[in-house]
Amino acid sequence: MNLSNLIVEKKKLAYGIHMFWIENELVAKNAKAGQFVIFRAYENGERIPLTIAGIRNNTFRVIVKAVGKSTYELCRLKEGDKILDVVGPLGQPSEIKKYGNVLVIGGGVGIATIIPIVKELKNHGNSVDVILAARNKDYFVLEEEFTDVDNLYYVTDDGSKGMKGFAHEMMEKLLKEKKYDISWAIGPSLMMKACSEVATKYNLKVWVSLNAIMVDGTGMCGGCRVRIGNELKYTCVDGPEFDGRLVDWESFNTRLIQYREEEKLALEKYLEKVGEPTWL
Amino acid sequence: MAVKDRIPPIERNPHERAKDFFEVSLGYDEERAILEAQRCLQCPVPTCVKGCPVGIDIPGFIKQIAEKNFENAYKILKNYNSLPAVCGRVCPQEVQCEGACVLNKTGKPISIGNLERFAADWASKNQVSDQIKIEKKKNKKIAVIGSGPSGLTTSAELAKKGYLVDLYEVFHTAGGVLVYGIPEFRLPKNIVKKEVGFLEKLGVNIILDIPVGFAIQPQEILENYDAVFIGVGAGTPKFMNIEGTELNGVYSANEFLTRINLMKAYEFPKTDTPVKFAKKVVVIGGGNTAMDAARSALRLGADVTIVYRRSENEMPARKAEIHHAKEEGVKFLTLTQPVRYIGKNGKLIGVECIKMKLGEPDESGRRRPIPIEGSNFIIETELAIEAIGTQSNKLLLSQFKGLELNKWGYIKADEFGRTSIPKVFAGGDIVTGAATVILAMGAGKKAAQAIDEFLS
Repeated sequence: MNLSNLIVEKKKLAYGIHMFWIENELVAKNAKAGQFVIFRAYENGERIPLTIAGIRNNTFRVIVKAVGKSTYELCRLKEGDKILDVVGPLGQPSEIKKYGNVLVIGGGVGIATIIPIVKELKNHGNSVDVILAARNKDYFVLEEEFTDVDNLYYVTDDGSKGMKGFAHEMMEKLLKEKKYDISWAIGPSLMMKACSEVATKYNLKVWVSLNAIMVDGTGMCGGCRVRIGNELKYTCVDGPEFDGRLVDWESFNTRLIQYREEEKLALEKYLEKVGEPTWL
Repeated sequence: MAVKDRIPPIERNPHERAKDFFEVSLGYDEERAILEAQRCLQCPVPTCVKGCPVGIDIPGFIKQIAEKNFENAYKILKNYNSLPAVCGRVCPQEVQCEGACVLNKTGKPISIGNLERFAADWASKNQVSDQIKIEKKKNKKIAVIGSGPSGLTTSAELAKKGYLVDLYEVFHTAGGVLVYGIPEFRLPKNIVKKEVGFLEKLGVNIILDIPVGFAIQPQEILENYDAVFIGVGAGTPKFMNIEGTELNGVYSANEFLTRINLMKAYEFPKTDTPVKFAKKVVVIGGGNTAMDAARSALRLGADVTIVYRRSENEMPARKAEIHHAKEEGVKFLTLTQPVRYIGKNGKLIGVECIKMKLGEPDESGRRRPIPIEGSNFIIETELAIEAIGTQSNKLLLSQFKGLELNKWGYIKADEFGRTSIPKVFAGGDIVTGAATVILAMGAGKKAAQAIDEFLS
């Protein structure tokens, strides 16, 4: 078993967005679209959940967005370095089968996350339309991997590529013209919430992937709990994908910022130590 | 012979210890251990042994302590129990060996737990090497899933019998509840580390970070191993699921303790994982986990109140832990049940509770708490930690098709750990539901014997 957790390839895709290919045979062999891994980069480091965004031989890919101390530090690692702990694959895989017409929306780092889902949906004979949304044209990470989709639409906040506006606006535009059997919307939680509202309006099932704060990722702590309809679910073992129409977005979004003060403090202290994060 | 008073262990001053995570009890020194050991009546038919889930020769090891043969005492213990330093600290002796001691009739029972701990600590301090007798290699492979008390015990027993043991753990540290659940001040983690090191000396191959069922399919495990032991525990926390459970500031005790124990959040920002440091904390529940959470919150500087729906008599926590918590300044609010969390901007600011009274005994034999209508009141708090119990962890079981479960979702197994699949054995909390370290170890030991018989 090769569980070296070696970084065999690393690339900066945009400012603060880095791609890693990690060698771990068990993750590579067993991962299915929609699942995630947990990293602990070093001793006393946090456990960080990251969605698996591709498999190649004995390696798997994740995209890291630098938002705080732990992810800054992760992005600082180089090819040839090792991740101290990699746990996975975890979570329930995406429900992939032949649906017919499928709409998949990826926003920000979510663009990378939808790649395995789109690929599997195509493998199952679906017609797949994709909306990629980013703040500007420089943030369409890995867009070259969407060549075999049926229709590809771009949306940017500033209009530098594709439609100027937001993902859910493009979604609504498409839903007015075309009938879809199911959809996925993965990206920042505000985008997922807005897309879920559109999906509700058009009575379309929408899978979202929730990036809740986790500790263990194995159902042991309940920190990632989220209200889905009337039920309390654990994102790590029941998710990470849920029907966005049923997610209680208000409490989900509030829970995402519960450690904001601590995160700020940790980052400040870290930056005092390392200086300007030039590597981002 | 007159029964002398029970010798108390050396404990750190409550005011001092409530500010740090170092161990509370320092146990016995040699003099105290000998005095306590000399109180033992050496009953020809010892009742204490019957009270021990692993059947330790209790009068035997105590006699050795009384005669200053500390090394022999340790060796006797180690014959029966691979984790004496752990059990001496965390076993509920008052309902096991000590509860069965004949001295209860005339006075206080022998302090068996403290004596066990003394012998184990003495051996560690004096670097007594464990005589490892490993039988001839058997060329048969066993997978043990979960490195908590049952998995550690099963692995050790099977390795001693000459089996090749692969021990799988999903966390980055081995030890299960001993490392994520029980706080440092009750069970120092270097003790667990040492016990895990002992397993490695026995040749057990410990493989961390593996979610069996996800990274390795159950089918592969069944094909690649001659037998499998499942000891994944009952680690999934329950919530009361009252209004406001999603609020920031509401924790399960498992999350709060895992952040502190496994992730060392009490050293944040020196370590990376945060936990909320609050001025006021309410802990809900009356078990050992509630005491652990309360005393941990106290050490982070909080004013802590335990809220429990029955009276103190019905609390399932060990009396010693309740006593320690009180000494350190944890407040107790009994006959009180939370009914709703109150939040502001998504943050917890209070818990609405209702007063309770005790009615007739329920199926657990404890008097059932009944709400007193109209007695609602609000406790202002920044954090609420629910320690109301755990349930079966489905991570592995959801993937293990064909393994029969009971109606509560635990694995169906007989007293030797045999499950519905011939080569699969199970033990500990994943069979019984949340219980104790020693019961899980007992189950692990029995399963190891059953696996040995199965493969012979």
